Amino acid sequence: MPRVVVDVMPKPEILDPQGKAVLGALPRLGFTGVSEIRQGKRFELEVAATDEATLAEIDRLAETFLANTVIENYTVRVEQA
Amino acid sequence: MKVGVVTFPGTLDDVDAQRAVRIGGNEAVALWHGDHDLRGVDAVILPGGFSYGDYLRCGAISRFAPVMTEVIAAARAGMPVLGICNGFQILVESHLLPGGLIRNDHRRFVCRDQRLRIENAATPWTSAYRQGQEIVVPLKNGEGRYVADAETIAWLEGEGRVVARYLEVNPNGSTNDIAGIANEAGNVVGLMPHPEHAVEELTGSGVDGLGFFTSLVERAFA
Repeated sequence: MPRVVVDVMPKPEILDPQGKAVLGALPRLGFTGVSEIRQGKRFELEVAATDEATLAEIDRLAETFLANTVIENYTVRVEQA
Repeated sequence: MKVGVVTFPGTLDDVDAQRAVRIGGNEAVALWHGDHDLRGVDAVILPGGFSYGDYLRCGAISRFAPVMTEVIAAARAGMPVLGICNGFQILVESHLLPGGLIRNDHRRFVCRDQRLRIENAATPWTSAYRQGQEIVVPLKNGEGRYVADAETIAWLEGEGRVVARYLEVNPNGSTNDIAGIANEAGNVVGLMPHPEHAVEELTGSGVDGLGFFTSLVERAFA
C-alpha cells in the first residue's frame, strides 16, 4: 500500500526549545560539528492510491489539522516503496 | 447568566471553573465535548488542563470536538467565550484568536503566583476591573509562550486587544509579555493564567481572579 509522508516543522522564525535542548546535549555526549537542530514531526499515511485527488485531500488534511500554519510549515510527499 | 463550562477528555480545571462561575453570581452549566449542544447557555468557558493529552499540539484535537462546532458559531455571533490556559490554546487552534502558543522559552513547566496588569477592562470578562489594575493569580503552563507575526502583534497592541500583561516576570517568553488577548469584537478572550484558582480566600493566592466571573453579571445588569 502506498505511503504518503507529511513533515511538519516549526517555522524558521519561531524559537524551537526542543531542538535547542537536543542541541545542548550534544557536547556532553562528545558530538561536535552540529551547529543547529530543529525538531519537527513526521506523519506516515497509508493510502489506497496517490492520485492527484488523494494528494489534494492530504494537503487539506495537513493544512487544517496536522500542522498549525500560524507557527508551522509542512510538506507532503509520496514515499517510493 | 448561564455559563457553560466544557469538559474535554483530559480537562482538569472544569470543576474549579464551575465553582468560580457560581461564586461570581452566575449559574454554571456543564457542557460535554461530545455533544452538539450548548444547553441554552449565555456564555462559554473553555477551562484548563491537557485535553486529548496535548497530543499533536495543545488544543489541536479539541478544536474539532463536536461541541466546538457550536462554540465557534456562537463566538462568531457574539457570545462571550473565555479560554483559560488549555482553553486559550483551543481558541488559537480554532482561529477565533490570532497567533499561537508554543513551549516556554526556558523549556520548563512553570507554576507560580503571577502579577498581571489588566490592559483592557472593556471586554465582557474584564469589565469588573479597572483599566490598568494589577492582580495576582496562579499561572501554570508548559506551553504558554504567546507568539504571532509582527503584523498581528502590532494590530493587537494598536487596537487595545491585549487584555492582560505579565508584570515583574515574563514566565514563558511571551511576546510583549502578553498573558491574554481578545478578538476584534472583544467577546472572545484567551488567558494563560488561571483566575478561577483565585476566587476564595481559603485557597489560592487571594480573590483577584473573581472579576473574570463577576464581569458577566455587571454586564447583564448594566
